[in-house]
Amino acid sequence: MAIDTQRAQVLTGGEAVAHAMRQIDPDVVPVYPITPQTPIIQGFAKFVADGRATGEIVNVESEHSALSAAVGSALAGARTITATSSQGLALMAEIVYIAASLRAPIVMAVGNRALSGPINIHADHSDSMLVRDSGVVQLFAENAQEAYDLMVMAPRIAEHPDVLLPVLVGQDGFTITHSAEPVELLPDAAVREFVGEYSVPFSVLDLSRPSTQGPFAMPDSYFELRYAQTVAIENARRVIDEIAIEFAELSGRFHPAVEPYRLAGATRAIVVMGSTAGTVKDVVDALREEGDRVGLLELRSFRPFPREAVRRALADVRCIAVLDRSDSPGGRPALFAETVGAVYGGPPIVRSYVYGLGGRDVHPQDIRRVFRDVDGAGPETQYLGLRRNG
Amino acid sequence: MSRLKNLVRTENGTPPLRAGHSLCQGCGIPLVVRTVLDSIETPKVVVSATGCLEVATTRYPTTAWNVPWLHVAFENAAAVVSGVESAYRALARRGALPQDGPVTFVVFAGDGGTYDIGLQALSGALERGHRFVFVCYDNQAYMNTGVQRSGATPFGASTTTSPAGLDALGKIQERKDITAIAVAHHIPYVAQAAAVHWDDLSRKAERAAKAEGPAFLNVLTDCPLGWGHEPRESLKILNAAVDSCLWPLYEVVDGNWRLTYEPKRKVPIDEWLRGQTRFAHLLRPEGNETAATIQRRVDEDWAALRERCAT
Repeated sequence: MAIDTQRAQVLTGGEAVAHAMRQIDPDVVPVYPITPQTPIIQGFAKFVADGRATGEIVNVESEHSALSAAVGSALAGARTITATSSQGLALMAEIVYIAASLRAPIVMAVGNRALSGPINIHADHSDSMLVRDSGVVQLFAENAQEAYDLMVMAPRIAEHPDVLLPVLVGQDGFTITHSAEPVELLPDAAVREFVGEYSVPFSVLDLSRPSTQGPFAMPDSYFELRYAQTVAIENARRVIDEIAIEFAELSGRFHPAVEPYRLAGATRAIVVMGSTAGTVKDVVDALREEGDRVGLLELRSFRPFPREAVRRALADVRCIAVLDRSDSPGGRPALFAETVGAVYGGPPIVRSYVYGLGGRDVHPQDIRRVFRDVDGAGPETQYLGLRRNG
Repeated sequence: MSRLKNLVRTENGTPPLRAGHSLCQGCGIPLVVRTVLDSIETPKVVVSATGCLEVATTRYPTTAWNVPWLHVAFENAAAVVSGVESAYRALARRGALPQDGPVTFVVFAGDGGTYDIGLQALSGALERGHRFVFVCYDNQAYMNTGVQRSGATPFGASTTTSPAGLDALGKIQERKDITAIAVAHHIPYVAQAAAVHWDDLSRKAERAAKAEGPAFLNVLTDCPLGWGHEPRESLKILNAAVDSCLWPLYEVVDGNWRLTYEPKRKVPIDEWLRGQTRFAHLLRPEGNETAATIQRRVDEDWAALRERCAT
């Protein structure tokens, strides 16, 4: 990913997303503060206060109400963005499912953070995994630039007539939300033109065509209505690819659902999403220098899970280490389970590594250890950086 | 044109809520919904909390609604309407509404979706000052799930989770005064009404819709199933609630309290308790003391309200 350092500004991920929101200029932004999402909503509030954005901010009394208000405004025909983290997303969870079911194309910026308990404010993907099966599109950024870029792409994916689903744009809490790095913003007019006008098929404000939205569905119809969501998120696979290409034409930056990094000829590979992909790239470069045939498969879209692309990308890899920043106690970590599913029936060995929960740092030497151990005999799931003695 | 003629004309045209829904015989909810919506002159957009009204009027793929209607969940109707109303203002500002002109946003929620699980979202929306009318159809328990006690269930009432028994005389706590809680938000219009006295309810709905900010109506609404009375007794029982002064009709306009109805003869509380199986145990000798306590509290509350309205 090339960033023109002449045109880049030094921004945190939170600030970069606030700029994306200013440029998109949504009609309604219902929000409730939670660390580490706060730089996003504070940044946007200042843009509105300075007249640089016109959106209606609704400072609600909880995240549950934030997403409830977002559903109301999105279905009323207003482009709607909200932001949350961790416990906030957990409190929203009931409405995340309903937003998907009501086909409300809300964009949600998520500063990914651990879930309580114990309470912790640092990077972790458990919050997004909590709504894994809700039917929303889930994208994960590697750095502040990607957080900005995916945020600009998100309304197009959410509002596509074949999709009409909420889109979550995740960025690792603190590691991205609060870390300053060079970010290249697009011109305001280019973003406005890229996202275009918002429209919903049935607005609750359309008095001439009164619609009943959110009805009661009995066993004779519930199954089909749920299946319609499955079709919608399957459609999102194609739409994400189309929008990524269109965005690349605009920006020169291409963010496909899944991106191989030095996978050609690799015998061992790591699969990961979020900021750790950047660390892994450095280690891959170093090990390649040393003559090790290692590579990375970076995932940006977790829902829909790009299983065909993952299968193709990993077809020639002998050993795969899947790094999950969330656990599934009593089961298999989510990204690992998906990856195993994608390569099922194929030759590779797949191992699971749970890492970085609650913001625990993952160091280059940890990544080296993964590449070293992945083809050895060990438990299927290993806990990277876990202290065994407290 | 007279108020009654107006209401009849709307009902004979395209009523906002039409027949064919599956609410019970004798249920007060459709009476409340129709009276409120028919009394508001502007076009209406309705948001419903989960509850009897939602379940009985929108069984997919059918609907009883002729006005735009949205339901999201149980506890968040006030938050949902905040979003709809904010969208309306944002779209109006940039000339992007499907149709121009004023719209009244009306929420219908039961007492569970108002007093209990819905209280936080309601309080937030009232504090933020969105322009909408929140109507609580208060039938004093969780009727849709099978008559469980709520924060609105009155002292002494038997419900499935506060049953009267050999050692129990029904709910041991008082109901909370949600109308006063709404008043404490310093909103422009709050009123208490009942599914009887249609003219009173109609006038209050009209005023609520014209208020420059949030408005709250708490409307006592009978439930033959949960209260245990014959459907044909509905209005008689509601009248007993009003005439005993257990459920006074009043409004609070910009903080000024005013009684909107004073019974010519204040009837004893037994007239309200009688004819509802949820209170049957209070009419037996072992319930006499509880019934007397209810009468005493009604008298005290009524005296306090009169004093408040006199100043």
